[in-house]
Amino acid sequence: MGELKLMKGNEAIAEAAIRAGVDAYFGYPITPQSEVIEYLTYEKPEERTGMVVLQAESELAAINMVYGAASTGKKVLTSSSSPGISLYQEGISYIAGAELPCVIANVVRGGPGLGTIQPSQADYFQSVKGGGHGDYRLLTLAPSSVQEMADFVELGFEIAFKYRNPVMILTDGMIGQMMEKVELKDPVPRWTDEQIQEISGSWATVGKPANRERNIVTSLYLDSAIMEQHNHHLQAKYRQMEAEEVRYETFDTEDAEYLMVAYGSSARIAQKSLTLARAKGIKVGLLRPITLYPFPAKPLLDLVPQLKGILSVEMSAGQMIEDVRLSVECKVPVVHFGRFGGIIHSPEEVLEALEQKIIGG
Amino acid sequence: MARVQGAIVVDRERCKGCEVCVPACPTQVIELANEVNGKGYHYAYMANPDACTGCSNCAIVCPDGVISVYRVKKTA
Amino acid sequence: MDIKDIIKEENLVYSKTKLMTDNVLSYCPGCGHGTAHRIVMEIIDEMGLQSNTIGIAPVGCSVLAYDFMNIDMIQAAHGRAPAVATGVKRTWPDKTVFTYQGDGDLAAIGTAETIHACNRGENITIIFINNGIYGMTGGQMAPTTLEGMKTSTSPHGRDLKKMGNPLKITELIAQLPGTYYVSRQAVHTPAAVRKAKKAIRKAFEIQQENKGLTFVEVVSNCNSGWKLPPVKSNQWMVENMFPFYQLGDIKVDGELVK
Repeated sequence: MGELKLMKGNEAIAEAAIRAGVDAYFGYPITPQSEVIEYLTYEKPEERTGMVVLQAESELAAINMVYGAASTGKKVLTSSSSPGISLYQEGISYIAGAELPCVIANVVRGGPGLGTIQPSQADYFQSVKGGGHGDYRLLTLAPSSVQEMADFVELGFEIAFKYRNPVMILTDGMIGQMMEKVELKDPVPRWTDEQIQEISGSWATVGKPANRERNIVTSLYLDSAIMEQHNHHLQAKYRQMEAEEVRYETFDTEDAEYLMVAYGSSARIAQKSLTLARAKGIKVGLLRPITLYPFPAKPLLDLVPQLKGILSVEMSAGQMIEDVRLSVECKVPVVHFGRFGGIIHSPEEVLEALEQKIIGG
Repeated sequence: MARVQGAIVVDRERCKGCEVCVPACPTQVIELANEVNGKGYHYAYMANPDACTGCSNCAIVCPDGVISVYRVKKTA
Repeated sequence: MDIKDIIKEENLVYSKTKLMTDNVLSYCPGCGHGTAHRIVMEIIDEMGLQSNTIGIAPVGCSVLAYDFMNIDMIQAAHGRAPAVATGVKRTWPDKTVFTYQGDGDLAAIGTAETIHACNRGENITIIFINNGIYGMTGGQMAPTTLEGMKTSTSPHGRDLKKMGNPLKITELIAQLPGTYYVSRQAVHTPAAVRKAKKAIRKAFEIQQENKGLTFVEVVSNCNSGWKLPPVKSNQWMVENMFPFYQLGDIKVDGELVK
């Protein structure tokens, strides 16, 4: 059993990164995620593991520092919050285009614009549908506890390197700021230069030895035929992710006639709504997508024959609901519920929505 | 008395005929050819080979790196 | 002596370095980029740094620098090369890292990244090609375009009141404590090329000693953008660019010159 600690979600990301042998963190302060870089600078990971931590002059610089270090096969982490992630989008598009592994945490706050510093889930589209320019996808993980904030750092790097693709940890100000018990894994050492050579030597730019062609990290393909070919290659990778990386969990779905679909903070709240509903004799279940891309479309579709209706619960005006609807192929009614603009819905509000919009609707 | 004699080889097909090498030559060895290469450029050539000292000035300023320089010490 | 007897392998005194690939350069005839590329590669070859060097290509005419430089390279987003180089150098402090950037990339869209990499004293080398114009996109006004100079977006000449002043970013970054060596050079004549090569070599040598950021500007031409034949564009550069962008060392051993 690993070390038990009471930590904020943001701190858990930072501590997990040091323990996962992450090589570098580049970031820029923004509420509600500044604890990530504060924790890292306080902890002196350069002494603990040799991990590099640098506060950049802007989000533009931070994501491009990530791009540079990731180009050399290093494990690189960054974090920001919604307006900062908007600034990251150019770099994320380049990272996806150049097929570089990295992990990006978005501790979402309410928007649009400067918005609010309170929690929100309104960056779903930005994370799951691409965000920047071009046809690309981010593997998107949605933690719903401080424990998962820590666990998904390691998992994120595992799948980021498996696919040479950026991974987004999509969380929000609620989980980032709240304190919870977390079991921390034993530290693993950072990769040696030899391990980097073995794992990423075929593409990483670490200096050209005489016995191989030069490695080039680029997303530029001026020849349209080659550009199309590159896009086909990326799409094939995304199809593989859809086949192999779907993660989700279900609660009380065996006899469920109704279903709530919720991720992250909303899934925590929906669990309480589930208990309240079951106490009233309502046969409702919950499906929590853990990966938002790839979305658990098939598990959702498989539940459809037993369902009379689905409530899609998210702290936004309705973004994930589009994927829920696509998944169930219009075979069952899907209705959205969620507070937004920084307001967190209560379990009772969710239950009321379930009773009025789905059961009574 | 020893003196040096040089010669250059221009990769005609890669020369873009920019002429930058012409004023760079201290002994006026290079001119652009009347003929053109496959890309339609009047390429550089040694119009006055006897004057070449192999100083490399032309090759050093050639943006496309198409000039190779050779030099021998000649004992008269 | 017959020419055939001179042109023999053993008599070869100069040819393109093997660190330049055999790809035909995408630059216009007479463009200084090719020469600047070549001398950077000659230095890396002469210093034996090929297996230890990572270059960062910008957005601009030299976006395809990695097609020509036979080293590991990363293509960066417009203006972000110093941040990309920072990411590489911080995680591989023993590697030699350089950026190769034009004036639009370095002195307009990438001003923040340039200034902050310089101010942090990143142990990288920045090669800055300044031809006072946006070449790749077809000759638009750059931050370094001279007063009165005609470009496709200052077709009546740069009007300082409307369009602002040409930016001497090299003098600006020389003020920062993080820069150790700052120089301005050119590559239009054999003598200028030799001096520029010496300056760039010095920059790479200082990087090996981890003394701070080294920065070499190369004032260059843009025949297509300036709408002049190559030799005339070099003359125009001498007459117009050099009086404003004066050649020579600006900061040596961490101290401003003069």
